[in-house]
Amino acid sequence: MDNMTLIAIASIVTAGLTIALGSIGPALGEGRAVATALSSLAQQPDASSTITRTLFVGLAMIESIAIYCFVVSMILIFANPFWNHVIAQTAGK
Amino acid sequence: MHLSSDETIFWQRGFFKLNGTIVSTWALMFALAAGSMLVTRKLSTNLKRSRWQNLLEIVVTGIEQQIQDVGLRHPKKYMGFLGTLFLFLALASLCTVIPGYDPPTGSLSTTAALALCVFVAVPFFGISEQGLGGYLKSYMEPTVIMLPFNIISELSRTLALAVRLFGNMMSGAMILAILLTITPFIFPIAMSALGLLTGMVQAYIFTILAAVYIAAATRGPRAEPAPTPNTTA
Repeated sequence: MDNMTLIAIASIVTAGLTIALGSIGPALGEGRAVATALSSLAQQPDASSTITRTLFVGLAMIESIAIYCFVVSMILIFANPFWNHVIAQTAGK
Repeated sequence: MHLSSDETIFWQRGFFKLNGTIVSTWALMFALAAGSMLVTRKLSTNLKRSRWQNLLEIVVTGIEQQIQDVGLRHPKKYMGFLGTLFLFLALASLCTVIPGYDPPTGSLSTTAALALCVFVAVPFFGISEQGLGGYLKSYMEPTVIMLPFNIISELSRTLALAVRLFGNMMSGAMILAILLTITPFIFPIAMSALGLLTGMVQAYIFTILAAVYIAAATRGPRAEPAPTPNTTA
């Protein structure tokens, strides 16, 4: 297996695994956050604006973990420096 | 694959490239400035006012209320910075309904620039509120050992701001592009609506996080530990 095939296989498999494994954690975390926010809204409906705002900020922070995994996956597929290097080498030959 | 509006180049000469990001950013700035100038030409303080003035008042007082809820005590000082952030990001994401438009926040350069603005604004407001010594002392807040961790957290949350906004905007545009090649009729419309929603939420999140960082820098060690809601129980 030459370099090009190896890099291609590694990039594709890693891109898929990154986004697959990387979205499990944030999804579970967001589920728990929303569940707790809902139960505290039911207990104290007059604090709803504070709870909602804190919920959104918390969700954004949790979501950014999934976004980091997505960005790495996109880099591996579309802006892969190793792949570009190998392509440039074979084009130069 | 069209990754961001950096790739559509309108004109280039040597080293400088006029790409889609620059054009759409300037168009948005011009739209915001010209629109506001037109609306605020004849401001009226009695009950009879134009609907655009009403709209601007709703937006401005809404932002002011949010800033105050976060814990910043004199929201008018920070309104210029935070309000501009929110309005620019909201307009940038709302304009995706215009066909042929690529949001400039879908390019890492725009979001990095905005995150750098927040990175500079936090010590600026902190020093203007607490003085240079007081602000620098806040870095050693719980103990002196926390100094490197506080510095690292400053840098990493700036990076997180940039990547979060960039990831959300770019992924919305990319999912839409991919869906258009697969099921080009109803489904992309639903995804476009979802993209609008996440765009507005991300604009709000960016502004609120900037406000929270500024509040943490200006509040200092002496004041109350957590922001209390303004509504009475």
